[in-house]
Amino acid sequence: MSDKILKELTLKIWRQKDAKAKGGFETYKIRDISGGTSFLEMLDILNEQLVGENKEPVAFDHDCREGICGMCSLFINGRAHGPDDEVTTCQLHLRRFKDGETITIEPWRSGAFPVIKDLIVDRKAFEKIQQAGGYVSVTTGGVPDGNAIPVPSEKAEEAMDAAACIGCGACVATCKNSSAMLFVAAKVSQLALLPQGKIEAARRAKAMVAKMDELGFGNCTNTGACESECPKKISIEHIARLNREYLKAKLQE
Amino acid sequence: MNSFITSSIGKKAIMGVSGFFLVSFLCVHLTANLMIVADSSGETFNEVCHFMATNPIVRVIEPVLALGFLLHIALASWLTLQNRAARPVKYARSNQSGNASWASRNMYILGALILVFLLLHLWNFWWKIKFAGDPLLAQTEVDGTLMENTYALVSGLFKTSVAYCVLYILGGILLGLHLTHGFGAAFQSVGLSNRVWRKRWAVLGVLFAVVIAAGFSIIPVYFLLGLG
Ligand code: HEM
Ligand code: SF4
Ligand code: FES
Repeated sequence: MSDKILKELTLKIWRQKDAKAKGGFETYKIRDISGGTSFLEMLDILNEQLVGENKEPVAFDHDCREGICGMCSLFINGRAHGPDDEVTTCQLHLRRFKDGETITIEPWRSGAFPVIKDLIVDRKAFEKIQQAGGYVSVTTGGVPDGNAIPVPSEKAEEAMDAAACIGCGACVATCKNSSAMLFVAAKVSQLALLPQGKIEAARRAKAMVAKMDELGFGNCTNTGACESECPKKISIEHIARLNREYLKAKLQE
Repeated sequence: MNSFITSSIGKKAIMGVSGFFLVSFLCVHLTANLMIVADSSGETFNEVCHFMATNPIVRVIEPVLALGFLLHIALASWLTLQNRAARPVKYARSNQSGNASWASRNMYILGALILVFLLLHLWNFWWKIKFAGDPLLAQTEVDGTLMENTYALVSGLFKTSVAYCVLYILGGILLGLHLTHGFGAAFQSVGLSNRVWRKRWAVLGVLFAVVIAAGFSIIPVYFLLGLG
């Protein structure tokens, strides 16, 4: 299968020297590039070009490049992870763009995710939320029998759906309120649905929500924008569960 | 419990509960108002108003209702301010309209317009009935009981002013728009939703919004058509 060659693309990219610098858009041209090139490969090619011209390459996040690690980000033409649904930026290809098109590339915008450099933002806020309670305490000892605790298959399925969250932050980036509720809901749900996670459910919900609020994410107003841009199709039904878990925990106080 | 009201989910739960409360108030209010259309003599409506003005339970609920509005508005403002501050640098390009419904993105603006309408509405009727008085309110007798002629005040406004008719229709539509998102959102906020129910709430929300918008609009339309 031969891919179409795009003669010219104009890239409008956010450049910012460091966290303190003001930053602004720079425009670059990419010529004669195959539609089969991935979006991140295109940025690699651009960077080779820039290095050749003795210019600073564009800093962007990436790791696995196969849609599972959650490192890649980018707000592409106004959408988190670009124009495709259920796809991370690393799995986006240039065939989704038209020859001659101008592509605007911005970092995630959220007070809780400050820009470190160019397109890289600091997503440590998510780790702090996880550290606040996104785990199950396990004491050492013999290995428990995996089948000793029965889990209804539909609960297991729902927990797996929630566990698909890769922590990319597209939900925060997309939400008009910069709310992290979809991420937190996924992390709370994947454990709250299972017997092993139920024991600490109340403490977990309270601690993770408190941390999320403390870090300056906005309040959810149920617009549903997050789930429509989540590359893993995490559903806002999990947010309803998080609300339930949190309210239950608070009522028990 | 101290951190409840400052927490994002706590605020949202209170918004949801106050929303439910305002929704149930709308149901009662609409039912009472439709008596204007149901009985063109105005006697039924006057009786309902008299009951509302004299019934002790309703008397107790009125300040609670005012409190419900204040809570809803105060939390909505707090929430909205925090949400605006959460994204200090805006996007150059974004796709808000592709991601979420218009109503869901403009709840505060819709709410603020509803508030303006509400103040106008209170001034039109509540203020006159309670405090200022109006010649149209002169006592009338229904089934042997003397009461204020609220019907005359309401029908008087709509019969003499097309502008007010239009404003009241607009008010109904604003409420309907607020509720297309608000109805289902309130259930979501208090955790009463899941895969099955979210679809039901969405459908019921639109139905309810249409009932509210159409229901309240029927009254000015009725007078515009010269039926009253
Ligand atoms: C009779 C009048 C009103 C009714 C029936 C009503 C009803 C509701 C309901 C059911 C919700 C959903 C709550 C939730 O998301 O949990 C809501 C949300 C909201 N209301 Fe109202 N409301 C009314 C008046 C107002 C007023 C006067 C304002 C503001 C000045 C306002 C501002 C808001 C805002 C900003 C939200 C969004 C909160 C969110 O989506 O999380 N509302 N309303
Ligand atoms: S919920 Fe979806 S969008 Fe949000 S961090 Fe997880 S995978 Fe990314
Ligand atoms: S680089 Fe790992 S998900 Fe995109």
